[in-house]
Amino acid sequence: MKTKRRNGLSLLSIMPLYLFTIVFVAGPLIYLLVLSFLTRAEVWGVVNKFTLDNYRNILDPIYLKTFAESFKLAILSTSLVVLIGYPFGYFMAKLSAAWKRYMMLLIMIPFWISSLIRLYGWIIIFRANGTLDGILMGIGITSAPLKLLYTYPAVVVGMVYALVPFMIFAVYSSAEKLDWSMVEAARDLGATRWKAFTTVSLKMTLPGLLSGIVLTFIPSMGLFFIADLLGGNKIVLVGNLIQEQLMKAHNWPFAAALSVVLMVLTSLMIFLYRRITNVKELEGLI
Amino acid sequence: MSFREVLNGVQVEINTILRLEQITKSFGETLVLKGIDLSVYRGEFITLLGPSGCGKTTTLRIIAGLEIPDSGKVILEGRDVTFDEPNTRSVNTVFQNYALFPHMSVEANIGYSLRLKRVDKATIKNKVDEVLELVQLSGYSKRMPHELSGGQKQRVAIARAVINQPKVLLLDEPLGALDLQLRREMQTELKRFQTHLGITFIYITHDQEEALNMSDRIAVMNEGAFVQIGTPAEVYDRPQTAFTARFVGSANIIEGKLLSQDKDTVTFSCGDGIGIANLHSTPLTPGQSIAVAVRREHLHLLKTAPENAHGFDAIVKEKSFSGGILQILLSYGEGKELIASRHGLDSNLSPGDHVFVTWDPEHAVPVDLENPA
Repeated sequence: MKTKRRNGLSLLSIMPLYLFTIVFVAGPLIYLLVLSFLTRAEVWGVVNKFTLDNYRNILDPIYLKTFAESFKLAILSTSLVVLIGYPFGYFMAKLSAAWKRYMMLLIMIPFWISSLIRLYGWIIIFRANGTLDGILMGIGITSAPLKLLYTYPAVVVGMVYALVPFMIFAVYSSAEKLDWSMVEAARDLGATRWKAFTTVSLKMTLPGLLSGIVLTFIPSMGLFFIADLLGGNKIVLVGNLIQEQLMKAHNWPFAAALSVVLMVLTSLMIFLYRRITNVKELEGLI
Repeated sequence: MSFREVLNGVQVEINTILRLEQITKSFGETLVLKGIDLSVYRGEFITLLGPSGCGKTTTLRIIAGLEIPDSGKVILEGRDVTFDEPNTRSVNTVFQNYALFPHMSVEANIGYSLRLKRVDKATIKNKVDEVLELVQLSGYSKRMPHELSGGQKQRVAIARAVINQPKVLLLDEPLGALDLQLRREMQTELKRFQTHLGITFIYITHDQEEALNMSDRIAVMNEGAFVQIGTPAEVYDRPQTAFTARFVGSANIIEGKLLSQDKDTVTFSCGDGIGIANLHSTPLTPGQSIAVAVRREHLHLLKTAPENAHGFDAIVKEKSFSGGILQILLSYGEGKELIASRHGLDSNLSPGDHVFVTWDPEHAVPVDLENPA
């Protein structure tokens, strides 16, 4: 009797969470999926007529190329984010409590400013005769403006800049929990610093690294405004495509189909990544 | 120096596997080690015994190479290894929390150091099986650390540390997390491993019973310095300082002023009576302060004072019974306290009773009051 009431109560208290998830997560996803199989109306909106055309259209080489480009950029930016964010997060976990707070604050401060405004900052830095050119030409490293704005590297820098904090926090949170006596044990048993890192620290912080990669890879496929503002019209990502189809071409079903494909592909990647980095598999690597 | 002395010196030098010379270490403002010297002999079981915060773990970490001393030297088999990386020293550690790698099986944990040395798989497997048998965990090789009990983890940690046949094995309070029953068992086991392997053990504990039970020698440590180094019997029966007497033997320290000194004994005033103790090693002058250590079980409590007996009056304050031993708290003089102990519950004393406290002179050991840091 008592347990029953308890169960009823806990169900009641957890209900809002379910409701929230159904209304704001599952609902839109189902709507998106349904939308992707409908037909575009002549002028505005959609007609309730089933079709597979939206998916067939994606197979157009232009769109396939966009997908490939997006993946390439996502892989490149994620790799750079790992190279910068992992050591940063890892060593941050080794700092004293006071220094940890300072570092955390330093990383958080930019978030208080709109990301769009921060991007304009990068435009000022990158544009011809901008801040970067001023510095480089001032100290005589370059003699003419680099014209970095609206180039591929500018987009990569923008992506990395926007996503590195997620990697830092993800790695930091798992390195924080790392028992350093295990690293000492590895050293004591004959491992060099590097060996101790690869066989113990890296393995133990793998969950952080993995979630950092997920947190970086997925957004970097869709951050269309970074590609827009720093890449001009030259670089079109899946995110840009979806945004254009939705806001400019008003082809909602096609935009929905693109979104679904993007989601499926990224889920597949996460699944594969998890399979590869199975902790058991890694055990025999040394 | 005679020939024999020179020969003895050489003998000691050959038998010394590890030497610490004038090691100092501070963390921030705190001086943790105040210039310690220690010689560890080949194949011995030496225990660093002291209260928490006395610097024993830091000493161990310096030997392991996990900490670099501010000054002084670590000499391992005649070679200065003070600044050598931990992975290059033939010294292994059993960590207090075991520090097993959670993502590796028992087998992988134990074989870790051999894999680093690129020993071939078949040899590793044989050696792992061998040490697993030694620590009585045969058949556990595929288990993961989280599937083991505390005692089993302990054994795996020991197996992992000894598989490489280190010259010295360091053990940092390895039994601290185990319950009393298991701790007693493991004490015997550890001693067995040590005899079997013939490896020099440097063991750290704050538990004097553990130290007395297992060690060939005990180095008593307090406030970053060694207070006394000797065999368990020496440290227990002939403490040199009040600290050692209290810490190792839970002895009472009775203080007084010297009255007289003859061939065998010293007589001193204490409480409202007089005390007699065995002869002090150094000559004393009358009136000088003196302190003697008398262990709890050596205090006699009498209802009435015999004639010509040495001792003093005291009042029973409290009685408590634990572990088959009755502890009797007494007060004497001006607010001073003593503890006497008896086996069993048979004491007919109750709080408030007046008793006469006395002891046999041979059970009173003169000690230094100051801690010679």
